[in-house]
Amino acid sequence: MSLPLAATHPRLSVHLFFPIIVIVLTTCSSAFGQSDTQLDTTVVDDTVSIAAAPVTTLLVEDGKYDDGDSLRLFWVPSIDDQLIDSKVTGYRVYRLVNDGAAEPIVDLLPGVGNYTDKNVELDSSYVYYVATLTESGEYPSIHTESISPQREWINFRRGYLFIIMMIISAAIIFYVETAKRGKKLFVRKIAGLEAIDEAVGRATEMGRPVLFIPGISDMDDVQTLAALTILGRVSRTIADYDSKIFMPVSRSLVMTAARETIKTSYQAAGRPDAYNDDMVNYVTDEQFGYVAAVDGLMVREKPATVFLLGAFFAESLILAETGNSIGAIQIAGTARPAQLPFFIAACDFTLIGEELFAASAYLSGEPRMLGSLKGQDVGKAIAMITILLGVVAVTLSEAWGVGIMTDLHAWLVKVFSSS
Amino acid sequence: MRQQIPLLITFIVGTLLIVSVFIPPFGDLETTFNIWFDIIAVFAFFLGGGNLLRVHINKLRKRKRDWGFSIVTILGFSVMLIAGLFKIGNPGDIASAVDAPGSLFYDIFNSVQYPLSATMYSLLAFFVASASYRAFRAKNREATLLLIAAFIILLGRTPFGVMLTGWIPDSTSLLQIPNLAIWIMNSPNLAGQRAIMIGIGLGVISMSLRLILGIERSYLGGDK
Amino acid sequence: MAHLGVIISMLVIFGGLAWLLFRSIKGREVERRVIFVFIFVAVAAPILFPITFEEHASPVVKGLFDHIDTLPPGSRVLISFDYDPAMAPEVQPMANAISFHCLDRGHKVVFMSLWATGQTLLFNTLEDVIRPEFPDLIDGVDFISTGYKAGNEGVLNVIVSDFKKMFPTDVNGVPLDSVPIFDEINSCADFDLIVALGGGRPGPKEWVLFVGDPADVPIGVGVAAVVAPQLYPYYPRQIIGMLGGVKGAAEYESELAHRHERFKNMAQPGLKMMGPQTLAHIVIICFIVIGNVAFFRSRRRKGN
Repeated sequence: MSLPLAATHPRLSVHLFFPIIVIVLTTCSSAFGQSDTQLDTTVVDDTVSIAAAPVTTLLVEDGKYDDGDSLRLFWVPSIDDQLIDSKVTGYRVYRLVNDGAAEPIVDLLPGVGNYTDKNVELDSSYVYYVATLTESGEYPSIHTESISPQREWINFRRGYLFIIMMIISAAIIFYVETAKRGKKLFVRKIAGLEAIDEAVGRATEMGRPVLFIPGISDMDDVQTLAALTILGRVSRTIADYDSKIFMPVSRSLVMTAARETIKTSYQAAGRPDAYNDDMVNYVTDEQFGYVAAVDGLMVREKPATVFLLGAFFAESLILAETGNSIGAIQIAGTARPAQLPFFIAACDFTLIGEELFAASAYLSGEPRMLGSLKGQDVGKAIAMITILLGVVAVTLSEAWGVGIMTDLHAWLVKVFSSS
Repeated sequence: MRQQIPLLITFIVGTLLIVSVFIPPFGDLETTFNIWFDIIAVFAFFLGGGNLLRVHINKLRKRKRDWGFSIVTILGFSVMLIAGLFKIGNPGDIASAVDAPGSLFYDIFNSVQYPLSATMYSLLAFFVASASYRAFRAKNREATLLLIAAFIILLGRTPFGVMLTGWIPDSTSLLQIPNLAIWIMNSPNLAGQRAIMIGIGLGVISMSLRLILGIERSYLGGDK
Repeated sequence: MAHLGVIISMLVIFGGLAWLLFRSIKGREVERRVIFVFIFVAVAAPILFPITFEEHASPVVKGLFDHIDTLPPGSRVLISFDYDPAMAPEVQPMANAISFHCLDRGHKVVFMSLWATGQTLLFNTLEDVIRPEFPDLIDGVDFISTGYKAGNEGVLNVIVSDFKKMFPTDVNGVPLDSVPIFDEINSCADFDLIVALGGGRPGPKEWVLFVGDPADVPIGVGVAAVVAPQLYPYYPRQIIGMLGGVKGAAEYESELAHRHERFKNMAQPGLKMMGPQTLAHIVIICFIVIGNVAFFRSRRRKGN
């Protein structure tokens, strides 16, 4: 049984929506609310004449939207902290934990006016002061009042992210449901995927094998998973055509997952006896060791069809050109933009970025899967409108100083920086 | 059952990780799952290494075609494994780094793996040349634009770019080939890259939703 | 002798190319293996008979150089070696030059790696540059190597808030709590600059996403040329400067040699490798021209 380990990885899921989240978040939100930040202010009298004035307006506040694991300090640097001929050599932050002894926690450079203490615990109380450092000694500020870090249960800073995620995910689910109800959805033709049957058929006719390379990343890369979903369809066709597949891999987990995928496809095709484990072999994790092995295989075995689908790095062109030199039909696809030009130059068909992820849905022809592709278009529409709005806002505000456009620009920056 | 359990695990873990993005106390969940993944991947090394040895020992035993290469593979695997495991020649104690300078591992790495890997990577220079020769042809208007851009970038990455257009005054310095190359990279190239990246991001979201909701099952071998 | 070698190799390369151009006018294509031979000669000749060109740092390289140069001595810099031997010919010259620059300016440097293979390459920089050039600097006081840690982005996620949680000791097993350089370093936020060297995953992009942005630390990067276009979206806001491939390394070395007298007498592999790269680029340009001539001639023939 192949473990869906890739699916457990955050890359697959971190920015997604799910109905259950709405319930969880709503519950948490109403139960705990947004915690108040604690703010203590201490003002230092800086009129006394000393070798170097201490820092002033020392503030401490709880780190916002965290797990109660940070406190933030702000201060106005010493008036003797000048760019030229400065007496100040730096600042030293002191901390008293639970009314204990003062301990220095960090030395900072001159000119610095803030520090975030991330080494704090929920149940403890903290008092800080900042000493101005000079060659003749330290000049401490007045202490802050005692503060304890607070835990917040909802990160409201990511509110906009949540809304965008909801809209895109809701659109995808909407189209999946629409497709389920039988509505026909138009999905444009993808030449590379249309060619799969023909490519496998060619290998069968020539009596040569099909080579499938799932990239060089592990199962924690969504591209590898996309490659395996295509492998599921391709190996089913191979089993039907009674062709031969071999698949050298560079990750052990990919080996076990790919074996399971091919095995199940052969079973589904009613030919479990034709499957054997040697179809998928582990070679090495080392990038160019793997490339050497695969190139050698290509030259010796001369596969009629080569699939290069998944995450590829600098090896993309070396593999694709070797495949080209042996006259194989090559279908490539990756979501690494830097490698796409190489594939386009050397392969017969290339799945560009999102087409790799759409491949399995496209090949299945299943309405629910196609519906999910349609939902993506809503995301694209949002991206296009936002880009246009942003360009107009920046142009009008910078060229003609239109106030409302400056506000719009600021708002867009806020929305799309809410990480 | 063979499909239900993985689908359930996918559903639960996927949901938890989405929630963790918005709930600070669950913020470490992503790291925890990453570490779990690494632990599982480490154990899978044994599977991979075992498979490698099994395949090549079989090949050697049955004197299959190209069995000589298998000797090299088995030898390379064993020597590096022993050099690392037993820290042969390592000047430090048991806690020192496996590849500390002076150790056999360090020497083999520097004198075998380093040049071999660099050699394989350098093949790129040859393949870039042959691919450029085939691909950059002015077959139509778009291909001609691509060809011109390729010329500018190639020249811009060499001192010849400066030599050829260094005389252009600073007021129109954008026309100097190196600056033109930077402009192509920063503007048209970047716009295209960003559009592809946005598409990829949306594709990942859509695919992940299909996986979490159990709509996509082909990686488990299909619907049956 | 060297000049004679250069002249002969140029005659061979450009004479051969002229002959291929003549053939292409007749509509004849060039075979792949012939291209390979020309590239081999174009790369090998400048290595055997060195040709060097003057380099000037572009703004993107200067961004990183000036930042290191203007940081006050004693600033804390983290350099991560996230690459393997394959990328080393491109990235190692950058690693050496940047490490030299930082230590020469009096910065405190922490070295680490997210790639298992990066640790050995890090040892190479320590052995080849730091120990011979800075014999007076003390390991643990002026610089330190924490070595490799497995876990990719997971490591970054942790060290962004607690460095010692992932790296409790240095590469030799010495606890970080006991070394002076770590007295003031608790997390990545305590560094004044992070330099991410590499090009794969995890690499500079992950450093920007998982550390640079959340901890608000300036990030400079050095990458293999093939990866550079991917990182332009992050420059100059999230990445203060970038060295892309051999060209980036050569520009950095040239700037270093201009502004730091001491570096002039040191090995400058980046500048040395610009000869082969330049000639190879010119040969590729010539082949593109030849290919187009052959293409138009054969198309005209078909038209007739």
